[in-house]
Amino acid sequence: MKILVCISKTPDTTAKIAFTDNNTKFAETGVQWIINPYDEWYALVRAIELKEADPSITIHLINVGNADSDPIIRKALALGGDEAIRVNTQPADSYSTAFQIAEFARQEGYDLIFTGKETIDYNGGAVGAMLSEMLDLPYVGLATSFLLNGKTATITREIEGGEETVEVPLPVVVSCQKGVAEARIPNMRGIMAARTKPLKVVEPKQTETQTVFSGFNLPPAKAGVKLVSSENVEELVRLLHEEARVI
Amino acid sequence: MSVLIYIDHSDGQVKKSSMEALSYGVKIAEQIGAVAEGVLLGDVSTDLPSLGNFGIKKVYHIQNSLLQIFDAQSYTKVIAQVAQQTSAKIIIFSNNSAGKSLAPKVAVRMNAGYVSGAIALPETSNGFNVRKNVFSGKAFANVEVKTEIKVIALNVNAFSVSEGTGNAEVVSLNIDVEAPKVKVIGTNKTKGTVSLTEAETVVSAGRGLKGPENWKIIEDLASTLGAALACSRPVADAHWRPHNEHVGQTGIAIAPNLYIAIGISGAIQHLAGVNRSKVIVVINKDPEAPFFKAADYGIVGDAFEVVPKLTQAVKKVKGIA
Repeated sequence: MKILVCISKTPDTTAKIAFTDNNTKFAETGVQWIINPYDEWYALVRAIELKEADPSITIHLINVGNADSDPIIRKALALGGDEAIRVNTQPADSYSTAFQIAEFARQEGYDLIFTGKETIDYNGGAVGAMLSEMLDLPYVGLATSFLLNGKTATITREIEGGEETVEVPLPVVVSCQKGVAEARIPNMRGIMAARTKPLKVVEPKQTETQTVFSGFNLPPAKAGVKLVSSENVEELVRLLHEEARVI
Repeated sequence: MSVLIYIDHSDGQVKKSSMEALSYGVKIAEQIGAVAEGVLLGDVSTDLPSLGNFGIKKVYHIQNSLLQIFDAQSYTKVIAQVAQQTSAKIIIFSNNSAGKSLAPKVAVRMNAGYVSGAIALPETSNGFNVRKNVFSGKAFANVEVKTEIKVIALNVNAFSVSEGTGNAEVVSLNIDVEAPKVKVIGTNKTKGTVSLTEAETVVSAGRGLKGPENWKIIEDLASTLGAALACSRPVADAHWRPHNEHVGQTGIAIAPNLYIAIGISGAIQHLAGVNRSKVIVVINKDPEAPFFKAADYGIVGDAFEVVPKLTQAVKKVKGIA
């Protein structure tokens, strides 16, 4: 059994969001980089749990990015996983990320591919679904629980207004969100072991550019909060009714 | 040339998010001088010709017992066949849970550039540019789509439904439907309540409520407002509330017209899930709570005193007390 976990590098959740070069680039100065939380807390940790239950499982991690990604890949390896692959290119969009992962995954033949439900920077939420289409595999998106029973997976997924539990034969691509696993912190043994785990760098395949992030801007600043006395709750309702028109 | 809009449904009803997608797709068709058409898979109780009220001329209705199960892989192949047969140039989805699984797959299959989470009509004067939310609602981006065929997933609650009168022709097409690989073995729908991502009003509470036994006042306010319930991460982690109510960076991201946060301090991770709300009301006894900085209206006070009064005041305005 081989599992591939897709890992993305994102700014820390508390990073200041600003743009440079005439608002065409994210301002990276001083930004702390992390493993995209959905990839780490849910996708990777669930894969590690599966390996703990069945040590014959092999876990590969894959990232599409330049050498700046290496620190977060090492951190992911410290949590678990047997080896990592970095496709050496800065991807332009979800399509190019999925394309590079699909090119690699096709040769390896994974039984299970995990992604996070989206990255917290570009919020595309598309790599897992695109990858499944490129590999012509079933896709279960927005999973909130994942169980493996031999050659079949039992997955609970978010649907409009609730959840649905499905069974699907492997191989399958699954996007993970809260519920699939609980966040972990790497221990010292993991950190030491990660130093010697293989991190293989592969060169990208040629692909077309389908979409371009051409500019960014920040939302206008809030006018400031209008405080209403706790003794005068009717006034708040009046404001919401007459001024904001939301009641 | 056509704009094809995927019409999602659940419990036999066309969802509000699909009505938004229909209204959005019809506007794009007007903008580029194309016809707007819909595609619907499976069975619904909605009267299909009446979907013409949203401005579409045709509904391609694909019926097959194999479509009773939502399998993204088999659905994608059906939608792509419809798009090919009807020469669709722009394909619109709602960025809801079904759309998030389908739209990227359809895009790959059609060799189309994809934009998820669109929040406005495309700008077509110079190229084809779509505005979307990025950095979890903290910024916007313009995405230029370079391909001939384009797929867009419209954020829920980002575009108003516009309804007139019209009659859509219902057309069936000859489409191959694959057997789904996915088998549904159980569903758990929160019946009778408003779906959180689609709700126009959301009432949310946090640790300030002190325990799950105190949620009655929150539920009363929500039902008076016709609102969906939400909660902060510590509340979901402590199992006071189900995790599908957790909104925030790692939970569900929402964009209602009105978000009322009660006893939630407003950590940056929570704000990332709710900052697209149009109006934010914060009720917190700590005047230093960071949430007040992101709020439009606020009350500094004890939730246990303020919330029941608020429910009464809303009832008065709505004429139900």
